[in-house]
Amino acid sequence: MSSDLTLLETRDLQTGYLSGSRKTVITAGPLGLEIQAGQLICLLGPNGAGKSTLLRTLAGLQPSLKGSVEIEGESTKRLTPAQLAKKVSLVLTDRIASSNLTVYSLVALGRYPYSSWLGILNEADKAAIQWAISMAGIESLVHRKVHTLSDGESQKVMLARALSQDTPILMLDEPTAHLDLPSRIQLMRLLHRLARQTRKGILLSTHELDLALQVAGEVWLLQSGGQLYRGAPEDLVLNGVFEAAFVKEGIVYDKAAGAFIIHSGNTIPITLSGEGAAAFWTQRALQRQGFVVNMQGESSYSVHVSEAYGSISWRLEGGGQTQIYDSIGALLKVLRFREK
Amino acid sequence: MEGTFKKGRLIGLLLLLLLAFLLDISIGSIKIPLGEVFRILFSFRSDNTTWQFIVEKIRIPKACTAVLAGCGLSVSGLQMQTLFRNPLADPSVLGVTAGANLGVATIMLAGGGTATLFAIKELGFSGSWLITGASCTGAAGIMLLVLILSGRLNSNVMMLIIGIMIGSITLSAVSVWQYLSAPELVKDYLLWTFGSLGGVTGSQLLILSLVVVTGLVIAFISSKMLDALLLGENYARSMGLTTKRARVIIICSTSLLAGGITAFCGPIGFIGIAVPHIARSLCNTSSHRILIPACCLAGSVLMLLCDVAAQLPGFQTVLPINIITALIGAPLVIWIILHKNNLRAFG
Repeated sequence: MSSDLTLLETRDLQTGYLSGSRKTVITAGPLGLEIQAGQLICLLGPNGAGKSTLLRTLAGLQPSLKGSVEIEGESTKRLTPAQLAKKVSLVLTDRIASSNLTVYSLVALGRYPYSSWLGILNEADKAAIQWAISMAGIESLVHRKVHTLSDGESQKVMLARALSQDTPILMLDEPTAHLDLPSRIQLMRLLHRLARQTRKGILLSTHELDLALQVAGEVWLLQSGGQLYRGAPEDLVLNGVFEAAFVKEGIVYDKAAGAFIIHSGNTIPITLSGEGAAAFWTQRALQRQGFVVNMQGESSYSVHVSEAYGSISWRLEGGGQTQIYDSIGALLKVLRFREK
Repeated sequence: MEGTFKKGRLIGLLLLLLLAFLLDISIGSIKIPLGEVFRILFSFRSDNTTWQFIVEKIRIPKACTAVLAGCGLSVSGLQMQTLFRNPLADPSVLGVTAGANLGVATIMLAGGGTATLFAIKELGFSGSWLITGASCTGAAGIMLLVLILSGRLNSNVMMLIIGIMIGSITLSAVSVWQYLSAPELVKDYLLWTFGSLGGVTGSQLLILSLVVVTGLVIAFISSKMLDALLLGENYARSMGLTTKRARVIIICSTSLLAGGITAFCGPIGFIGIAVPHIARSLCNTSSHRILIPACCLAGSVLMLLCDVAAQLPGFQTVLPINIITALIGAPLVIWIILHKNNLRAFG
């Protein structure tokens, strides 16, 4: 199975932790996983499924309960921490609370496995730091103090630190948590580009399902029971693994729309006709209002969306009346009233 | 450019250290003019033999002790603050100073008190050596215990809690002993807890400097590990640091520094908390390669100035050093917080 491109491989891996004195809690396994060079893998799963435990085990921070993790053909158990640090770099959820630490010094700490016993940097180290800074796009931040950074900036800086560690594998534990939407998209785009350009194997855990489906070359879906499904994200959607996984959590995933259905249990039928973005958003509004939206057929109420000369209008027919509205808000107001 | 700026501040501190050293030698119950101090220091000769005796036998050893204590306590404070990522940590958090307390209390409050002391003295020990020995033994005992525990634990936070608990147990053992002892004995012990830089001379000074220098060398070697620990244990480990080994090395160094100094000078508070913050705000860096020498310099200067202040110019009395360090150290830290505002996020 393994090729020259395989960076990490696990055999019968069982992850978990010691609870109390000697009781072991198994969170996932047995797992046969693989990370290839240039691959971006998203690890998805509900809170408490053991994503962090799996990540920490793969990174060698935590011993496995059973089985082995091999990085570039060598078992992590046989690697010293210093050797391991040249193979895997991490971005964790731990906060850095250090007032005097500048962004540059923080990124420079990534050279820890390479620098001399006193931590003095040579030219090669400095070049690696500069490269990491420009890859992460944080040139404007280098003189800032770490504690003055926003969450989004801070995450990019931590990524730069990991990049300066110059490892074939990069793992990130929920890097998009606490970030606003633009920062999340920027970060995911950056990771996607990094995987392609640097041929690193990148593994990240996240709750951003939509983004993960768009950028990941492979998805690992870890469930609360410890089973893990892996595959191309589209395959997992089409073969129903996604749907099945989320039904367990009590959520319906609409395969056709590629989105979660939040409003379930609607009963009143309504017919919608129209095209384009206006029809799409009208449908969403009607669903929220509690209607079952049919695109064909007859119902006691029907809405027709039409667009003319750059303005949109909504025609509501039903109960023997026909009225025209100029916004979805106005339409919903009337429907709310009629429902009663 | 940034580098030369830091060097400038370090050189400034070095000059300040020389000045404080001379001042400390010159001021005391008998004031010796600075010019004379110079002459005695560099030619070992003075027209006034009393002055020469005072400078050589009393003031220089005392100033040296102040420098050693200042360096050692500040550096071990810095190590503890970084290891435990806590701005309030100081050398006493591991219970090593409490161990020294217990050792001294054992000797001073031992049943029969003076009688035993007298008996031991008859055997050829001098009183101060006995106290130093007891205090070293106490500190070393607790240090061993802490080291054994630190090799077993996985997290520095647990280590911090256990260190504080061991310290509390040890100190309450001392309190029980105090409560059950005769008042005269308790007074002797209390006097020791005020701390003193004066009693360390001759071979004691030699041993103290050996212990402190060893501790400082280990601390300097550990500076790269301390830098990595700034990011917390998980990141440090992911960068290739063997956290248990690092913890043992750092605790070893701190125990030597804090234990040794407490054994010879008594418990001296506040320097260990205050100076690392002063050094950070002076150097504006987080690199321990720079902070450790800066702590040494700032710690020595502060300790010497405290000793000068303890002489109470104009009075014959000398105040205990432990009182002065808090009196000067606490306002300094408050001033730094108000002006530099950089304790907000610690590091």
